[in-house]
Amino acid sequence: MAKVKGAVVIDTEKCKGCEVCVVTCPTQTLALSHEVNGKGYNYSYSANPEACIGCANCAVVCPDGVITVYKMKVE
Amino acid sequence: MAEFNPKDIIKPENLVYRKSKVLTDNVMHYCPGCGHGTAHRTLAEVIEEEELQSRTIGITPVGCSVLMYNYLDIDMQEAAHGRAPALATAVKRLMPDRFVFTYQGDGDLAAIGTAETIHTCNRGENILILFVNNGIYGMTGGQMAPTTLLGMKSSTSPYGRDAATMGSPVKMADLVALLPGTCYVTRQSVHTAAGVRKLKKALKKAVEYQNKNMGTCFIEVVSNCPSNWKMTPVAANKWMEENMFPAYPLGDIKVPAGE
Ligand SMILES: Cc1ncc(C[n+]2csc(CCOP(=O)(O)OP(=O)(O)O)c2C)c(N)n1
Ligand code: SF4
Ligand code: SF4
Ligand code: SF4
Repeated sequence: MAKVKGAVVIDTEKCKGCEVCVVTCPTQTLALSHEVNGKGYNYSYSANPEACIGCANCAVVCPDGVITVYKMKVE
Repeated sequence: MAEFNPKDIIKPENLVYRKSKVLTDNVMHYCPGCGHGTAHRTLAEVIEEEELQSRTIGITPVGCSVLMYNYLDIDMQEAAHGRAPALATAVKRLMPDRFVFTYQGDGDLAAIGTAETIHTCNRGENILILFVNNGIYGMTGGQMAPTTLLGMKSSTSPYGRDAATMGSPVKMADLVALLPGTCYVTRQSVHTAAGVRKLKKALKKAVEYQNKNMGTCFIEVVSNCPSNWKMTPVAANKWMEENMFPAYPLGDIKVPAGE
């Protein structure tokens, strides 16, 4: 059966660690890092990448537009 | 199934979402989680998808979004505090082929600019007014705005807004919907993916109605101000749902006849 797999690329240096994407993700893919970026923010990253379905909800709510989303069908 | 590797997915042909090309690469100065960023992004996407980049003129307000012209790669003009609808009136009348919008906070639109807002809507100028209501004066340190909720604490209502001495929240969208010049009045949000997608649809309708010279479109975005509300962005969005939405219910308030 064909399944949909997604992947996100986050511009972590531009992320402000607001966490809005983390709580929006329906598959708990994202989390805030323990490390901080150059601005001192705990940036968002894909903590559970296998779970991503490429729905783009995280990117749609990101105030800073730092998330890019990819999606493909896998057998 | 082969071993999962996100690198196999991250290829141009699999792209489903990227930042709009109408946004510049400047980092927005907004506080983390501020709805202004999401509202800018959504508007930029609509301008890109409707191929309006070269014929849009935006009027920026005074308030946190005063520097909006640094973030959208379109023609923009800064107005004096509250006067964006007056300036937009002039721009649209001189250049009726342009897509003209104002972007205004609640202090800008509902306090110092009340007269411009009401009369522009009453005249039915063919512009879009995009109103971001966060219930407070964000830029200047969280003073009470006409939209501040009853009981809500601000730096100038430290014990909470009291109707007897400070009046009740002014519901601008409901007010302008009563005026004959408005053709479309709606209230939207930007803190969830569904909310952003609905705002996008509303913005596209506003483009269509402006193309048809149907009158003023007024889109309110009920938004947040985590910094002055003194909450994390996630807590601010929850507080907004529980407190702002009952006072400012989402949805269409006025739609053109036959829609
Ligand atoms: C004529 C004039 N009066 C007052 C000010 C000070 N001032 C700057 S921004 C602002 C309030 C902005 O609040 P709002 O429109 O709600 O926007 P926000 O910052 O919340 O996005 C005020 C009173 C000013 N710049 N010009
Ligand atoms: S694309 Fe969807 S599933 Fe993937 S991280 Fe973003 S919100 Fe989560
Ligand atoms: S929504 Fe955007 S800015 Fe906020 S934490 Fe997620 S990636 Fe960072
Ligand atoms: S002060 Fe409030 S409205 Fe202004 S950028 Fe910060 S969170 Fe946004």
